[in-house]
Amino acid sequence: MKFIGHLDIMRYFQKAIRRADIDIVYSEGFSPHMIMSFAAPLGVGLTSNGEYMDIEVKGSLSSREAIARLNAVMADGIEILSWRQVPEGKAGKAMSLVAAADYTVTVPRGIFPENMEKDASEMLESFMGQKEITIIKKSKKSEKEADIKPMIYRFELLPEDKGREEGLQFKMQLATGSSANLKPELVMEAFAAFARFELPPFAIRVNRDEVYADTGAEGCRNLVSLEELGDEVG
Amino acid sequence: MRKLALSDEILLKIEKPARYIGNEVNSVNKDVNKVDVRFAMCFPDVYEIGMSHLGIQILYDMLNQREDTYCERVYSPWIDLDKIMREEKIPLFTLESQRPVKECDFLGITLQYEMCYTNILQVLELSLIPLLAADRDEDCPVVIGGGPCAYNPEPLADFFDLFYIGEGETSYFALLDLYKEMKEAGRTRREFLEAAAGIPGIYVPSLYHVTYNEDGTIKEFAPNKEGIPATVEKQVVMNVTDTYYPSAPVVPYIKVTQDRVVLEIQRGCIRGCRFCQAGMLYRPTRERDIDMLKKYAYEMLKNTGHEEISLSSLSSSDYSKLEELVTYLIDEFGQKGVNISLPSLRIDAFSLDVMSKVQDVRKSSLTFAPEAGSQRMRNVINKGLTEEDILSGAFQAFKGGWNKVKLYFMLGLPGETEEDIRDIARLADKIARSYYEIPKEERNGKCQITVSTSFFVPKPFTPFQWVRMNTMEEFLEKARIVNREVKDQLNRKSIKYNWHEAEVTILEGLLARGDRRVGKAILKAYENGALYDAWSETFHFEYWTSAFEETGVDLAFYTDRERSADEILPWDFISIGVTKQFLLREWERSKSEEVTKNCRAGCSGCGAAVYKGGVCLEDKN
Repeated sequence: MKFIGHLDIMRYFQKAIRRADIDIVYSEGFSPHMIMSFAAPLGVGLTSNGEYMDIEVKGSLSSREAIARLNAVMADGIEILSWRQVPEGKAGKAMSLVAAADYTVTVPRGIFPENMEKDASEMLESFMGQKEITIIKKSKKSEKEADIKPMIYRFELLPEDKGREEGLQFKMQLATGSSANLKPELVMEAFAAFARFELPPFAIRVNRDEVYADTGAEGCRNLVSLEELGDEVG
Repeated sequence: MRKLALSDEILLKIEKPARYIGNEVNSVNKDVNKVDVRFAMCFPDVYEIGMSHLGIQILYDMLNQREDTYCERVYSPWIDLDKIMREEKIPLFTLESQRPVKECDFLGITLQYEMCYTNILQVLELSLIPLLAADRDEDCPVVIGGGPCAYNPEPLADFFDLFYIGEGETSYFALLDLYKEMKEAGRTRREFLEAAAGIPGIYVPSLYHVTYNEDGTIKEFAPNKEGIPATVEKQVVMNVTDTYYPSAPVVPYIKVTQDRVVLEIQRGCIRGCRFCQAGMLYRPTRERDIDMLKKYAYEMLKNTGHEEISLSSLSSSDYSKLEELVTYLIDEFGQKGVNISLPSLRIDAFSLDVMSKVQDVRKSSLTFAPEAGSQRMRNVINKGLTEEDILSGAFQAFKGGWNKVKLYFMLGLPGETEEDIRDIARLADKIARSYYEIPKEERNGKCQITVSTSFFVPKPFTPFQWVRMNTMEEFLEKARIVNREVKDQLNRKSIKYNWHEAEVTILEGLLARGDRRVGKAILKAYENGALYDAWSETFHFEYWTSAFEETGVDLAFYTDRERSADEILPWDFISIGVTKQFLLREWERSKSEEVTKNCRAGCSGCGAAVYKGGVCLEDKN
């Protein structure tokens, strides 16, 4: 599924919702479209087990029935895990609430140079110990420096025994959403650059684990998974 | 998880990786080790084009209904992946199992248009199958060609083990049964091919020989040995209601050309336009029962989740229960956000009414295909559409709120004069004038008329199969005449003119009516680099011109030459029901500008009645 782009995933779900005969609400007009939005579009090449989408329905099935109906029409590799009712209005619009996401990054054996594989833990410590983590953001017109450290909420190496088979595994929590957004690939590139190493293209595997909303008051972060914003439908 | 044939690294650096990963909704998953016959079904063009083809969806569904058979899909890798596969020596694979095509028992390739011929060679080469059938050993799949271009298979004869002539629903199971039986009995490829030649509709080119006269025309075409039929009979499915049709077609992840449910309402066409190959090949016209169509419309929408359904056939307006069907679709599905699209409708009060219900009038355009600008020329080609039909249809549409019209014409039709050509522009102008007859306050701004011309390519099994095709220079001069004439019209600012490329047309003409000797030029052009010739961004005429020089194939012999009525044509050994006498008669009538009635208005004895069904048996009262 990771090779399917975001727009195609949207189209996939529009068709899946028709196959499952979910009573979704359509917009008005000559070419009505489904009222549907994704919390945070997932880039091509990433896998995920924490994706969220909002849809508006005329009346809801029970969570259990809706999940069963949708899973009966899913392609291999996509599974509906949960169906929850969220409050109407802005509080229910996942996309506008997204503030952070968790990722697991796998660096297969043999990608990092030997010293980096061995001393990854210490290197990560000194990487995160920097006052600022600057990267060069390239746009079409200009290149400018940016400090990404404030957008890295957590970045750690998983204990060796867990990831030994596949390679090194990192967990990270990053700012996500419309106000601040940091891609895990960028963090890994910055980390590699810190160790004076250039990460080859498409070498790492990234999985999104969870997406969060920030329910904290101004300046005081309180992350809650989107899952927790809604309630089971009985 | 299935293991993909391509690494993540490759998939992430090529365009649209979803073209190559399979696993779409409704794709069929079987254990390759638990079937007797593996069939790779290929459309030799890019995924988005190939996935839009109904014929393959029908055969995919039909073949997979057999427990002993696994039919998988293959499309042409786009040039980015083509390069990588050659560099990294990755064999071409099927989408379903992601295993090499070469493991399959059959590789079926559909031949939908001539300009995909070099892509066939790409598919063979990337599959590690020798390009020439003569070089294939027992480990190679049997390579089968089918589809409309198989009605003149000769230019491709060297590359295919066999051709299936006609509609796939009838003889495939017999072919698979024979294969299974002979494989179990340990018989050779050669023995299988000889036995297959006895199945109706199967043509094994290696079992026939051709000799030529000094002037290059065919002297004799005959089987090499006894027991091989001299004539190959086209296959037709006479009951198009109780037959195979996919109720759950594969749903692509990426947007493909035909991203909708396709409901084929009938096969064949009653009209008899003299340039039209499909109109002759698919005779007699056979309608599907309306209850079957309603049932399939429901099931296919339900099983795919598509938001659009399109009716498909030649000249849909001739389907006898069209009104009932369309009304049903609108009533049943219109409220559920399902769009209904109706191509190839005659513009009249009914179709305008329907269209105003299913589309946004201001955004959509009306399409007319008068094919020729003058009434004289339309009589020559037997296009039963009068100027009156066009003008009144357009005027009604303008009053209904439309203001965009598309007009399709052909240039280079037999016997065409300069006046006929100029009439194309004049007809467009008359349509524009009728728009401006509507009071200004009722008009919807300016009208936009788009005139497109393609260049006429004579095709086998049409009344024009003998005619001389125009040269590239003649074509382009004719396009210039239209262009100048458009500029001289009163409403020139409302008319936009486009014309087709002449180089591709000439090649299409060569490949359409070529004989066996043309095969070596196709091979040479491919070796020179020709691939995706149907795509203007990848088409290079010079690969072909140098191939002609290197192989001695004379383009003019095939295109710039009228055939005599007694010449043996390369496709004469195929019988399509419609007789050569009828085609000759029609050619003569065209010269005297005589119109021939459509099948419902009066039978002209074309020969298709031999199939004893369809429109030929309809009650004429």
